[in-house]
Amino acid sequence: MLIFSFFKTLTDQVITVELKNDLSITGTLKSVDQFLNIRLDNISVEDPERHPHMMAVKNTFIRGSVVRYVRMSAKSVDTTLLEDATRREAKEGKK
Amino acid sequence: MAAVESYVDHLVQVILYDGRIIVGKLKGFDIRTNLILAECVEREYSSDQGVEMIPLGLYMIKGDNVAVVSELDEEKDSMVDYTEVQAEPLGEIHY
Repeated sequence: MLIFSFFKTLTDQVITVELKNDLSITGTLKSVDQFLNIRLDNISVEDPERHPHMMAVKNTFIRGSVVRYVRMSAKSVDTTLLEDATRREAKEGKK
Repeated sequence: MAAVESYVDHLVQVILYDGRIIVGKLKGFDIRTNLILAECVEREYSSDQGVEMIPLGLYMIKGDNVAVVSELDEEKDSMVDYTEVQAEPLGEIHY
């Protein structure tokens, strides 16, 4: 649940999603759901020479299960807040 | 999954777990990413010839196999001469 909420705070920011087939897609995060499925708008691929498959694509929906990494700029993350929230969730889990 | 709602009746490009690419009109979907696609065409990329278009007809794709669903910009897509596009096929999703 925490990570879902975290991704929701990234809405409208530009992120890069690396998939488990080595395709990396950059775009504006438009929505994320409980499965961590990701909807990106205005996309571009990291290596268009190698991956021309997405050249006529504007928006994309990525199934949460195929995401390997999500990269975002460091300044879009409040690390202290995230640490606190993580600890809080871990504590609640123990109870 | 509501993120895909806006793709209904639009031309979408689906990337499957095995790396295959299927283009068709999205007719329906559900929460498990099961998809119904009309007038499907498989786009087979290869590194030594242009993209091969294989007509498939109406398809129901089980959600487990779906990696990415993208909305195609039909105008942009119709401008591309796919017989001239050469690229390695996409890799499969590895775990």
